[in-house]
Amino acid sequence: MRKTANQKAWFFVLPVVSLVAFNAIVPLMTVVNYSVQETFGDNVFFWAGVQWFEQVLRSDRFHAALLRQLMFTGTILAIEIPLGLVIALAMPRKGPWVSVCLVLMALPLLIPWNVVGAMWNILALPDIGLLGYGVNALGFEYNYTRQPGSAWATVIVMDVWHWTSLVVLLCYAGLMSIPDAYYQAAKVDGARPWAVFRYIQLPKLKRVLTIAILLRFMDSFMVYTEAVVLTGGGPGNSTTFLSIDLVKIALGQFDLGPAAAMSIVYFLIVLTMSWIFYTLMMRNEEI
Amino acid sequence: MRRAGWLIPTLYIVFLLLPIYWLLAMSFKTTNEILGGFTLWPRDFTLDNYAKIFTDSTWYSGYINSLIYVGVNTAISVAVALPAAYAFSRYRFLGDKHLFFWLLTNRMAPPAVFALPFFQLYSAVGLFDTHIAVALAHTLFNVPLAVWILEGFISSVPKELDETAYVDGYPFWRFFIRIFMPTIAAGIGVACFFCFMFSWVELLLAKTLTSVAAKPIAAVMTRTASTSGYELGLLAAAGSLTIVPGAFVIYFVRNYIAKGFALGRV
Repeated sequence: MRKTANQKAWFFVLPVVSLVAFNAIVPLMTVVNYSVQETFGDNVFFWAGVQWFEQVLRSDRFHAALLRQLMFTGTILAIEIPLGLVIALAMPRKGPWVSVCLVLMALPLLIPWNVVGAMWNILALPDIGLLGYGVNALGFEYNYTRQPGSAWATVIVMDVWHWTSLVVLLCYAGLMSIPDAYYQAAKVDGARPWAVFRYIQLPKLKRVLTIAILLRFMDSFMVYTEAVVLTGGGPGNSTTFLSIDLVKIALGQFDLGPAAAMSIVYFLIVLTMSWIFYTLMMRNEEI
Repeated sequence: MRRAGWLIPTLYIVFLLLPIYWLLAMSFKTTNEILGGFTLWPRDFTLDNYAKIFTDSTWYSGYINSLIYVGVNTAISVAVALPAAYAFSRYRFLGDKHLFFWLLTNRMAPPAVFALPFFQLYSAVGLFDTHIAVALAHTLFNVPLAVWILEGFISSVPKELDETAYVDGYPFWRFFIRIFMPTIAAGIGVACFFCFMFSWVELLLAKTLTSVAAKPIAAVMTRTASTSGYELGLLAAAGSLTIVPGAFVIYFVRNYIAKGFALGRV
């Protein structure tokens, strides 16, 4: 759309800018302050330079948490994106079932995150939960409070349960926006289903898939509440992701300096990866 | 393929509903039955867990607190996002692209990073443990999202509408409220839905910014879980009730959910 140059438009964005600035810049500066200072309590601070950053970037604990985080995010993206795409392709396009499907599928998205954790906790209890009892009855040894493998599987299945619907809804919206004429043309040309998918649906879905991957990447990188309620980061440290580790350091041990330095590194990682991905995907598009 | 097409969504929905069924089933069981062993459905059907929640004020005030700050947050987010989205969609101005990207970066900020600074900031301005504090804190990620969604919807309205209204002599604000807002009503609905959703489900910030007076239901649940030991039935009942407002909201916007996603622009 052609836009008019109008500097007065700044007045329209002023409320948003002031609100977000209050919420983002003040806390961010607090974090930056802590990250370069040392304190012994009583609000006395000393300049510490980049000491905390060095400590964080060299610590094995941070590396381990980052690795777990990358494994988690990679796994759920590899499952949720294709699965969401397949489900969206198989969904009905019209008729009364569309609403039923959409409402039921959107349900997990609106459950508070701690309830999601609690729900899966109850479901996966080895002795009295449906999932835990069922898996054990099938002859597999399963106990998510003791075995890291079980804990990982539970956290991943929980995330797939919780968020695949977001991918489905996005892809479905993208599919619905393809005009019928495209399909008719494909039919006239005698295109096979695979060709229709590859040359009509997939290119049209590129934008919504970008949004889906970005949102799932950002949100899974920040995963906190569900995993804490389900496993508490355990057993041991096996499901301690970045956010969980950060909260442990900041609010548990009250090590403000290292926690703040870690926050900044963490934020920068999310920002850089989102930016790289966004630029790669949008290279050929005009915005 | 066509004939088996219904199978995949059906299996997926069954998978989605299983944990919800289990939560509901638990909420109707007595503590004795839960701890007694595995039962597929409630044998001693009881409503005691729900009765406790509706009569104990620490429980039901949690729901009221949550609904208040979610409502306030949705109202603030959409109200400030509307003019901004209009500006981003219609005008070019100094730094517009940078500003848009900066707004979106706030959606990428992990709440865990902001928990402690938020606590200090809102304590310093005397808003700690108020509904407005949580509502304002949640605008951090809801305002960027609302701007993004609304911008998509506004861009799909042809500019001729604005110009015709201008030629007809409508003052800008009257045009905006009387003509423009009804035109993008679906977009406003979708934006409200997303603000409601992300504010309703968030716990970390809501818990950090409240202690007693504005304690959200999610925090009541986690504190109960840790203090009263193993009252799983009560916890399940409280959890089941948190699904209700969400289900209600989805039902109202069901026809717009899919559309809202498609029009949003990265």
